[in-house]
Amino acid sequence: MARIGVFICHCGENISATVDCVKVAETIGKLKHVALSVDYKYMCSDPGQTIIKDAIKEHKLTGVVVSACSPRMHEPTFRRACAEAGLNPFMCEMANLREHCSWVHEKNDLTTAKAIDIVRTQVEKVKLNHELQPIKVPVTKTALVIGGGIAGIQAALDIANTGHKVVMVERSPSIGGHMSQLSETFPTLDCSQCILTPRMVEVAQHPNITLYTYAEIESVEGFIGNFKVKVRKKAKSLDEKICTGCGLCTTKCPQKKIPNEFEQGMGMRPAIYIPFPQAVPNKPVIDREHCTYYIKGKCKVCEIVCPIKAIRFDQPDEILDLDIGAIVIATGFDIKHADFFPEYGYGKYKDVIDGLQFERLASASGPTAGAILRPSDGQVPKNIVFVACAGSRDPAKGIEYCSKICCMYTAKHAMLYKHKVHEGKAHIFYMDIRAAGKNYEEFVRRAIEEDHVDYIRGRISTIYEKNGKLIVKGADTLLGAQPVEIEADMVVLATAGVASSGAEELAQKLHVSYDSHKFFAEAHPKLKPVETNTAGIFLAGACQNPKDIPDSVSQASGAAVKVAALFSQDELTREPLVAFVNRMAPPLYTTCVGCFLCQSVCPYQAIEREEFKTRDGKLIKAVAKINEGLCQGCGTCVALCRSKSIDLHGYSNHQVYAEVMALLNEY
Amino acid sequence: MKTGIYPGCSLNGSARDYNESVFALAEAFSLKLEQVSDWNCCGATAAHNLNKDLSLALPSRILSLAEQNGIDEIVVPCAACYNRLTVTQTELRKDPELKNRITGIIEMDYKGTSRIINVIEWIDKYITPNLEGRIVKPFSHKVACYYGCLLVRPYKVLNYDRPEDPQSMDLAMSKAGAEPIYYPFKTECCGAGLSISRTDIVSKLSGKIIEDAESRDAEAIIVACPMCHSNLDMRRNDINKYWGKEFTIPVLFVTQVIGLAIGLPAKKVGLNRHFVDVKVN
Repeated sequence: MARIGVFICHCGENISATVDCVKVAETIGKLKHVALSVDYKYMCSDPGQTIIKDAIKEHKLTGVVVSACSPRMHEPTFRRACAEAGLNPFMCEMANLREHCSWVHEKNDLTTAKAIDIVRTQVEKVKLNHELQPIKVPVTKTALVIGGGIAGIQAALDIANTGHKVVMVERSPSIGGHMSQLSETFPTLDCSQCILTPRMVEVAQHPNITLYTYAEIESVEGFIGNFKVKVRKKAKSLDEKICTGCGLCTTKCPQKKIPNEFEQGMGMRPAIYIPFPQAVPNKPVIDREHCTYYIKGKCKVCEIVCPIKAIRFDQPDEILDLDIGAIVIATGFDIKHADFFPEYGYGKYKDVIDGLQFERLASASGPTAGAILRPSDGQVPKNIVFVACAGSRDPAKGIEYCSKICCMYTAKHAMLYKHKVHEGKAHIFYMDIRAAGKNYEEFVRRAIEEDHVDYIRGRISTIYEKNGKLIVKGADTLLGAQPVEIEADMVVLATAGVASSGAEELAQKLHVSYDSHKFFAEAHPKLKPVETNTAGIFLAGACQNPKDIPDSVSQASGAAVKVAALFSQDELTREPLVAFVNRMAPPLYTTCVGCFLCQSVCPYQAIEREEFKTRDGKLIKAVAKINEGLCQGCGTCVALCRSKSIDLHGYSNHQVYAEVMALLNEY
Repeated sequence: MKTGIYPGCSLNGSARDYNESVFALAEAFSLKLEQVSDWNCCGATAAHNLNKDLSLALPSRILSLAEQNGIDEIVVPCAACYNRLTVTQTELRKDPELKNRITGIIEMDYKGTSRIINVIEWIDKYITPNLEGRIVKPFSHKVACYYGCLLVRPYKVLNYDRPEDPQSMDLAMSKAGAEPIYYPFKTECCGAGLSISRTDIVSKLSGKIIEDAESRDAEAIIVACPMCHSNLDMRRNDINKYWGKEFTIPVLFVTQVIGLAIGLPAKKVGLNRHFVDVKVN
């Protein structure tokens, strides 16, 4: 016979301020099969847990209901306590009196009555609980890092240095990401490439890292410790093993008018190209979309000039099957371009550029070799305007958030400009200066005080062209919204940082959640900033929200530690709350008729086919079988099954029915 | 489909030229435009600055009358009226409680079913498709299309053309043989109702609009709003005095340009009523 113990927690005053806990304990104590019902100020505290443990032993309890907070908060705590007292942990249930009752209602009799109802349902449920054993699954100790920017590089190196294998997948021909495009970095003005390229090389040379560039994630199946990942290695159209990276082909390619992505469209590249001189790997790829041979069927100049005959025009894409234990998403961000802004001319003014374009102009390896020259006529701009918050913090543009990095890089841009064009004038229109970071505020003050950058607090209403000048109209809100009009030679928009293209598609492949701006969502905004809601998949860098380099690197190291911790175990323990297909003696075996409708609705591909055969191998029956490793216990198959052959451990139809009946029946 | 017209105060007063050109086009293309009977003031700027209920009651009475007249589609040539009528329709659609209160005030049934269109939409729908072969005197001049503020804003309510750098008038003008220029002042403020109280501000703002059009070699400024027209045309003397310049660029309504292009006489489209001489044709 069931002997249930019920433990009512006051949660300090969180519950007891609106719910009469003593009355709840008394009422529940009168229920059939309830051996004991007590209340206590803090059940989760050590003395509270001791009450539960002692009661289990003293009253020989067969089930426990802890009526306290959300099971997300303390279910593991109380299940552990039960286990320590010798009770199967899955014989412990929680009734949520805090989030579901005391926090959302006023203090009165109805609130207490609702609390009693909530506890009753769990008492009825726990009577039907069965002892369950945790499921053990093995761990594949290879990590997948998606994205080869600074966050991906840091995560890959950190994981590899713990001795575990890493596969890095980068969709462009080289790793390096946006950081490789930057000229100097704030707040130290050290050269971005100088600090980044050694790490890129380290990735390529690390014995524990396998690097696939020009490759994308095709599909991801499986679960923590046991992901099956398909990677599409796009054809580079050359034999990487024999190519020496001499670059002769890139100089001879007759197609030279393709906007260079690395230069943000401010330079041109050939169809066979190495994205930038320090690229890793430093070997070319053929851009088939623009290559004359693939468009018109003839050319093959690269094949003719290649001294070692490495060109392979008929190379197919390759699909790689990888066994992966943990995944780090580090796909980074994009920025909005000037054509997003109708008020600034829809991108039709050549001298209105975005921040990344300015980085390329200021970069020693950029299209102007570091000289600040305006794109329209190559003249040095004498008067330059920087617009912070172009798109960011603007609900009318659909981007409510702060892009975080723009205040700092705009200060840096103005500084770099002043260092190169001493007689020039730099104006910055801003909303607020957000310089919260180590040595950041000092950096901004330096721009204002030492480099005499003209900071104007106000926004730009419009930019238009007149007599070869860009007329920038704005307001100075510190001078009573006085209109300001500047005749500029060049305007740099610090455009909003947005999710990387394809982020949504990738999130769906990985089954991780993302927010309305397509940034990947963390499991908890404060306490789980590195984890996603899918176990075994972690986040690093600006794929979560715009971040600067120090933040991206810190988070990447955080993600690496999470992966290393996971890989430190040989087996993982999973909660056994999974679905199962019923079983009975032959000749029936199970009530499952093998319609496999469940297979089509299962979001986790957890339903397999099981065959019953006679001794001589003749098929008797083919039925559904749940893979316990893959099943997440969502219950979709249970609801769908036509013959009621599937049920869920811990949440059986029977138990849910008992809960409902508890609410409907008088007591 | 019955198309009606709500003229508002301007088209019977300061913008009779606009009214004449609209009806001249309707006649030339055999289009029926039934005037909403017993119409009243739309409330313009004054009402919505003073009393929200009044600012909604006035246009909703006009819309109710149009429904009673069996009008499915109302052309509203004045941009301010167009704006007020559309705002009212949107607000009453969004908020049933507000709709009940307002219909209680006007003591009329209101369904909100009439489609409200501005003059450019009317031209797009009924005139441009039939323009082929009708152009006898293409308006071959460089024109600056000036939309003003009320025709395209607020975008969320009007949902017409793009709020920055709109294109619909430019398109209509090129169909009439004109050459629309790049013109960044399309939606800048002309000074609007300050025409009466602060002529100096109107002179300053409208002067900028005119100055930029002239500096880009435009030969005419094209408008679709009586307020814009009176500020740019009627106030030209004040503008010239304020700027110490002699701006001579004429200001035409979009309907006048199409009228001239299909060969209607200048007087028929009301050009004789302008303060700034129109010498372009």
